[in-house]
Amino acid sequence: MADLSIKVHNLELKNPVMTASGTFGYGLEFDDFMDVNLLGGIVVKGTTIHPRQGNAYPRMAETALGMLNSVGLQNKGAHYFATDIYPKLTKYKTNILVNVSGSTIEEYIACAEIINELDLITGIELNISCPNVKEGGMAFGTSCPSIEAVVSAVRKVYHKTMMVKLSPNVTNIGELAKSAEFSGADSLSLINTLLGMAIDAETRKPILSTITGGLSGPAIKPIALRMVWEVSKAVSIPLVGIGGIMNATDAIEFFLAGASAIQVGTANYLDPSVTIKIIDGIDSYLNRHKFNSITDIIGGLHM
Amino acid sequence: MRKTVLNLKVISNLQLNDDHHLLELQSPDQLETINPGQFANLLVDHSPSVFLRRPFSIYSVDYLNNTISVFIKEIGDGTRALGKTPVGSFINTMFPLGNSFTIPDEPQRILLIGGGSGVASLMSLAQILSKKSNEVSILIGARSAVDLVELGHFSKYGTVYTTTEDGTLGTKGYVTNHLIMGDQLAQFDRIYTCGPEPMMKAVALIAKEKAIICEVSLENSMACGFGVCLCCIAETIDGHKCVCTDGPVFNSTQLKWQI
Repeated sequence: MADLSIKVHNLELKNPVMTASGTFGYGLEFDDFMDVNLLGGIVVKGTTIHPRQGNAYPRMAETALGMLNSVGLQNKGAHYFATDIYPKLTKYKTNILVNVSGSTIEEYIACAEIINELDLITGIELNISCPNVKEGGMAFGTSCPSIEAVVSAVRKVYHKTMMVKLSPNVTNIGELAKSAEFSGADSLSLINTLLGMAIDAETRKPILSTITGGLSGPAIKPIALRMVWEVSKAVSIPLVGIGGIMNATDAIEFFLAGASAIQVGTANYLDPSVTIKIIDGIDSYLNRHKFNSITDIIGGLHM
Repeated sequence: MRKTVLNLKVISNLQLNDDHHLLELQSPDQLETINPGQFANLLVDHSPSVFLRRPFSIYSVDYLNNTISVFIKEIGDGTRALGKTPVGSFINTMFPLGNSFTIPDEPQRILLIGGGSGVASLMSLAQILSKKSNEVSILIGARSAVDLVELGHFSKYGTVYTTTEDGTLGTKGYVTNHLIMGDQLAQFDRIYTCGPEPMMKAVALIAKEKAIICEVSLENSMACGFGVCLCCIAETIDGHKCVCTDGPVFNSTQLKWQI
């Protein structure tokens, strides 16, 4: 049994496997299938200060080795989260992070202030990379000045771990990562979905009601690996790798590229207990390669 | 029964016509109660073009042999692959998912209306309603006689009426053209329907006009099946609801259908 525990800045994880926001609900939906407490942490559904209905149906298109979604941050708002959902999450003995999003900097601040009051929420993941909202979201995450504005503003009001989730829909992710680090991010998670599109040739119409949406699944893993590797050379804060992780081997690849932990996203839809298999598989890999600890392979790519 | 993911063994694969299969899947564990209207989400293995699971209504349940059956209409690569699964192999199955049709406390007169492969969600419903002494009538519509399968099984649980678009069996036209949808409809306490959305909307409109309770089973595309991806939403008077967890069965008056 290798030591799977890892510190991501001041976030202490019992193992490096977390779940990606929007693919794991509030954890409660998985209680039938698995023991959520076995995870290093969960990132719950994207939360905004005001309730959001999200986009119209259809919001999903299956693609080659992946899928597009345009849910559009459907959630009942930060107040509802604090009063109705949070009390149900206090049963869990794992890290719970809330993915915080907004249309304006003021909305990000207001939402983070509410989450800051919730004792058992160990951190936030600042979502500056949602491609499916008309205002805010990814718009904040695609230029250095806007990243600096939103990250530093939330840093002033949020006092626990702040992970910043980066968008891949940019030309130089390393530069944007540096802006987030400079503005007070404790760690970075990457990547969010890639902006894409699906068309029904028979009807000659776009499949999604929003025309474009976010691509996820194994199709995006090579891009995610490349971006984690680039960002690991650009910043010194820890990284959490996300993008098409379906099994332990995929996860190991992200550690080698420089991630200290990973988030499993779309794979949860296909196999709701896949994260447990990934934790076991990481342990097997470390044992097979005679490593004592997960820290032995982080950034351990042979060049 | 709580939601689970199991490898179920295909113990029979009955080809009903050119593109319909009835697969009987056996669980290694004792099945607990599965309610009529619930569905299963099947993984398609080794298909380069299919990524997500495919949802199917649970057609029938056999608690003695611990089997469920699913009715598969071949539409695309996923359903074609599943339809051709050989007996003896396994299908990774997430089930039972979703809510179910309302079973009234006292026996009532109930009309089930199925269109196309939508009949799949009505078989176990017909069985349970009939077992609980409800007076069950079943109206099934299809394109052609060859698409009307499993009528014999339905007739064990109630009176069966049929319509076909080409007139090869029963009344020519759509289910809404059947005589029973006219003045006779007032005799029913409830209508339960599953089929193409235009058909269900037409049925819901008639039910609304006659003030008959109407439950519909929706079939939106989904990525997960257990309420986390939020992709399969239906617009209801209470906002967006997940078809996979708040449904698939909705009272038609809850839906924001412009009828």
